[in-house]
Amino acid sequence: MKLIFARRRAQRGLRNVGVVVLVVGVGVGLSLAQTGDAPARKNKKAEYATLAEAPEKARERENPFAGDPQAVAAGGKLFEQHCAECHGAKAGGTRHGVSLLREEVQQAKPGTLFWILTNGVVRRGMPVWSKLPEPERWQIVTFLQSLNPRSVNSISENSEPAKPSLH
Amino acid sequence: MVARKVPQSILKKLRGIILLISSLLFCRASLLSAQESPYIVTYDHYLEEPGSLEVEYFSTFGTQRGGNDFDAFWTEFEYGVTAWWTTEVYLAGQTTFNDSMIFTGSRFENRFRLLQREHFVNPVLYIEFENTNAADKILKEVEGHDVESDYAPPNGVLRREHDHELEMKLLLSSTFKGWNVAVNPIVTKNLLPSEPWEFGYAIGASRPLALKASPNRCNFCRENFIAGVEMYGGLGDTQSAGLHDTSHYLAPVVAWNLPSDWTMRLSTGFGLNDNSHRLLLRWGLSREFSGLGEMVARLFGGRP
Repeated sequence: MKLIFARRRAQRGLRNVGVVVLVVGVGVGLSLAQTGDAPARKNKKAEYATLAEAPEKARERENPFAGDPQAVAAGGKLFEQHCAECHGAKAGGTRHGVSLLREEVQQAKPGTLFWILTNGVVRRGMPVWSKLPEPERWQIVTFLQSLNPRSVNSISENSEPAKPSLH
Repeated sequence: MVARKVPQSILKKLRGIILLISSLLFCRASLLSAQESPYIVTYDHYLEEPGSLEVEYFSTFGTQRGGNDFDAFWTEFEYGVTAWWTTEVYLAGQTTFNDSMIFTGSRFENRFRLLQREHFVNPVLYIEFENTNAADKILKEVEGHDVESDYAPPNGVLRREHDHELEMKLLLSSTFKGWNVAVNPIVTKNLLPSEPWEFGYAIGASRPLALKASPNRCNFCRENFIAGVEMYGGLGDTQSAGLHDTSHYLAPVVAWNLPSDWTMRLSTGFGLNDNSHRLLLRWGLSREFSGLGEMVARLFGGRP
């Protein structure tokens, strides 16, 4: 009988530990979610510095869809589905993702953009996108390079740019 | 029967309430299109996007020799805390035909991406705390000496046994030329000191039906479908290692990622030996939406 009571006490204790772990985990998680990426947004140079981390071999890769209007349209669709949430519907950037219209991105080689898409920038909150098949990632790169923003350097990160063509 | 003491009408509303809450949540947040894998048991190395919540409902119909067939169901709330950390809560229940419907427990799971960049093999650490009873039949993982006959007793008997388990997995996953291959070794420990460490595995391979996106939005484009196969089973425990008295399953799987942000999954699992359920028919429905982190932050006075 004593064994049964001891076991029940142990189970109650474990249940309480479980609840505490759950509450603490969710609390820490949500607080990280709201503060984790915010300071990074202030340092624009650091944001774009990741582009320089692409290895030489990756940078030199050619875009198999370069200049293909079908790929631009498909890339626009994929951008809208997977990227617009953080980078803005018009790629002008939001609090969660940098502007993709700035010259750092627009002048980057296709291979560099493909490498960023594949590897993400995990420490700054951008997930890896290798779950999209390679051709789809190239389609997104094609779309990004089709954007022709005006005065990109004068666009603030929180504002939308002057109507780049999305499709 | 202990199970009959709980009003069945209340229990039968459990699914409806969960679905209602899910629907309300869907209405509150902006949508994010998902590219979900078709696996139901196996995990690949892709985590939830930061700030996004994915609500999933799964159902497993299983045949049962020496007992009544069952339909086990669970809801997952999966939240991307950061790009390297995803946390998840499960609520599970089951209906055993000609018996009763009962709530079988909850699980709290965390997945941590171990490497910053993509490599040929990408490791993710999975840690889960389970607070369930023995009537839990979702078969989300098979481990140790789990066999079909464990699930045969009536719910009233099974639900008396409570399990508090810590489960760890190393999710190893690789994506190459459109194919994803994932291998998940599993270690589970019931938190009672007398219980042994149990081992299991899950392996999966999948590929989209098309690797290139079409220019137009479409429901039935081939790129929206991902097909594959997964295999899972137990590998014994520290007191009795090996494949004797273990069960194993092979399951073709398919996922349909709709442009309207829903994902549907279907899996037909076949038992590979006499210790396994003959058939596990699983389906799932999920929807991902973003903005939860900000919404909660605003509630507590955070920056908009």
